[in-house]
Amino acid sequence: MSEEGELTTIRCTIDGRPHEHRCHPLASALDFLRYVAGLTATKEGCKEGECGACAITLDGVVVNSCVVPAAHLQGRRVGTVEGLSRPDELSALQKAFLECGGAQCGICTPGMLVTGARLLEEGERLTEARIREHMAGNLCRCTGYGKIVESLLRASEEER
Amino acid sequence: MRLVGTSAPRAEGEAKLTGRARYVDDLPLTDFLWGLTVRSTIPYGRILSVDFDAGADWSGVTIVTAKDVPGKNVVVLLEQDQPILAADRVMHREEPIVLLAHRDRDRLWELASRVRIEYERWEPVLDIDASLALEQRLFKDDNVFKAIRIDKGDVEAAFARAARVFERTYETGLQEQAYIENQGMVATWDAAAGRLEVVGSMQCPYYVLKGLCPIMGLAPEQVVVEQAATGGAFGGKEDYPTILAAHASLLSYKSGKTVKMIYDRVEDLVATTKRHPCRTRIRTALDASGSILAMDVDATMDGGAYCTLSPVVLSRGTIHAGGPYNFENIRVESRVVATNTPPNGAFRGFGAPQTIFAMERHMDNLARELGRAPHELREEYLLRPGQTTAFSQNVGDDVYALDIQREAVARTRFEERRRECEEFNRSSRWERRGIGLATFLHGAGFTGNGEVVLDSRLKVEVTADGLVQIYSANTEMGQGKDTTFSQIAADSMGLPMARVRIITPNTARVPNSGPTVASRTAMVVGYLVQEACGAVRKALEAHAGRTWRDPDDFASLAAAHHRERGALEGWSRYEPPPGKVWDDKVYRGAAYGAYAWACYVAAVRVRLDTLEVTVESFDAFQEVGRVLNPVIAEGQIEGGVVQGIGYALCEEVKMKDGAMANANFTNYIIPTFADVPAVKVHFAERPYPFGPFGAKGIGELPMDGPGPALASALTHALGVEVNRIPATPEHLLELLGNE
Repeated sequence: MSEEGELTTIRCTIDGRPHEHRCHPLASALDFLRYVAGLTATKEGCKEGECGACAITLDGVVVNSCVVPAAHLQGRRVGTVEGLSRPDELSALQKAFLECGGAQCGICTPGMLVTGARLLEEGERLTEARIREHMAGNLCRCTGYGKIVESLLRASEEER
Repeated sequence: MRLVGTSAPRAEGEAKLTGRARYVDDLPLTDFLWGLTVRSTIPYGRILSVDFDAGADWSGVTIVTAKDVPGKNVVVLLEQDQPILAADRVMHREEPIVLLAHRDRDRLWELASRVRIEYERWEPVLDIDASLALEQRLFKDDNVFKAIRIDKGDVEAAFARAARVFERTYETGLQEQAYIENQGMVATWDAAAGRLEVVGSMQCPYYVLKGLCPIMGLAPEQVVVEQAATGGAFGGKEDYPTILAAHASLLSYKSGKTVKMIYDRVEDLVATTKRHPCRTRIRTALDASGSILAMDVDATMDGGAYCTLSPVVLSRGTIHAGGPYNFENIRVESRVVATNTPPNGAFRGFGAPQTIFAMERHMDNLARELGRAPHELREEYLLRPGQTTAFSQNVGDDVYALDIQREAVARTRFEERRRECEEFNRSSRWERRGIGLATFLHGAGFTGNGEVVLDSRLKVEVTADGLVQIYSANTEMGQGKDTTFSQIAADSMGLPMARVRIITPNTARVPNSGPTVASRTAMVVGYLVQEACGAVRKALEAHAGRTWRDPDDFASLAAAHHRERGALEGWSRYEPPPGKVWDDKVYRGAAYGAYAWACYVAAVRVRLDTLEVTVESFDAFQEVGRVLNPVIAEGQIEGGVVQGIGYALCEEVKMKDGAMANANFTNYIIPTFADVPAVKVHFAERPYPFGPFGAKGIGELPMDGPGPALASALTHALGVEVNRIPATPEHLLELLGNE
């Protein structure tokens, strides 16, 4: 990314694993994940916090990683789409996306899953209105959103 | 088990759901340079000088200008008017002039601002009127990239005997494809081997190959193009990727390193192609009883600074301008003109959404003028079996317009809900409600003789361990092609989907089965999958002397074939359906192999204080031949409808001095979860004999209906004709004036 002199060491856990990398403190958390840690599952869509493709969790709170400085990851728990499933088994939400057609081109999908998984964790019975409100910060250009709503409703039923 | 018709899960779904799918920016690269483009800051003028600030550190920077193009400095499409890098003049804002590459991306951004370009500014032509007035000559003598005329019957005679003439003008704006993955490309020039490899986000690998060869001065055998996982395209990755691929290749050619170019959102929005704006005037000759004697349609599109695909966009737009109607006399005249704005290009629907908007709005306005319900007037003129379209194609029995509209009207309780809205509007002080519809058709595949010219070929191979591999150039970009092709192949071979593998589109490995555009992939290429499977099946059965009982038996027969006779493959090649003739000179005949027929019904609620529009319901009825995969087909329709809702209500590209002024997702608003209702999709199926298992193309269809259906609903709600989209609150305020 930038010249060596300006770098700082950032230590955090990503999907449960400890990470330590040198990075410019004002680089975005997204660039830290993708270009420094080499974890490309989290996607860039707009780089201004509008589309949600880069959504991750920071200590359990959903943020758009493109507008969070890498320095903010220091000592924190980062969650990405890669932490949602076990190596050989999709999560209930991922399975629901597969069955209901919640993913098409797939570029918004990691962010959708991270944001949606957080909603499921709240444990309440989901309604379409609740889903549409909670997910409104995640843009999708392929599905028209209906199949993602269905996926979340199905996952919510499965988990109950 | 039959797989076609079932919602088999997406073939590449797991990779996408776990984050394992590799998009171009995810590809692991070692020792590469980032590439960046320096663009024009004026819309029209001469380049006087290009200087590199001596105060900046240019060490380790690769610089490419027009002088470095090893082949011809031209983007070869329909015309050869566009340079890959502007040399002496610029024709539009954001035109590429200089390319830079360096290993440090941040440094590159700083250095881009240290490139000084001096211009002699010329007065730009920024809209259709200025172009037609020939304020500057931008393209040939008349600024017209292409003009088309369609004639049916005797329009002049009909107007001469008309009791009156009803005339309106309709306008549609620019629209951005807004795929969530920006354009990106990686190029590697291997000087020792004389070989160029390009991988990236694209719809059409062979288009990129064809475009690269003349620019790089290379033979086709020296160039390999491969598609990476592609995060949406919608036409935006049909023609533009050639430009980005060439830029990355030029930088790699000069530096000898792999070069990666990934646009950010702002660059993608300002620099890449958009949907053509269109203005359509329709005049209708009416007799004394209010019957339509003739239609006179005149459409003008803004092509932007270079020709790109504009002539074919205009062609599809012109052919669809007459809608699904039987008018005895109709004339359509159309043209696409040059302006000093970034070139417009392919976008789902490809000209049809613009002209269908005009015709559907016009039928609606006409009904209103004549005091009739919108569906009733349309019913009289909707095509019946054996009647002919505006371009004189006898549709024979493949016509479903009347049935689909009747079904839509009945199942949405259209008439009843119209009355309910009107009742509501009489009593409500703060809100208005309205319901509207649009009835339309969309032709699938290339227009006219286009499919014959493409001459698509496809290969199916059976491996020694009994896997069926499909070799096609068609790309998965979210539309579900990997899945539907797998279903078609599995059923054709009597095998489970797990035995089918899709080969990654790579021009060194797959034959040219044509571009992934024009609603052609499932219908035209899917049929080639079915045929190639038929060929390979026949070969294997002939060799074995029998057919197979199950997948294991199939594998053992395949292994025996490989041992005894060698590789096992089947090929197919496009053949036009019999009896379909198109005359390109007079624009008459079988424009498309098949049409999908649709009627979309939208209901809206408008707040009178803010003029905010809520879409209360959206019902999409369409006849599509055969649904290959219900979840995927519904997903296509729902996604297209929401893109169409954006087109109709909120997606406004604001142009200032020839450039997009609102080039980010904060200010260019695409619909979110919260902005749209659950779209209800209803399919009717009447199998098309030349589609796989009867399927027709549906990719573009859903883009056509929402604009006119929503404008119709808004007109019903507000009592003023809404003839321009996007119908933003600002535009509605203009229409309502001080009322």
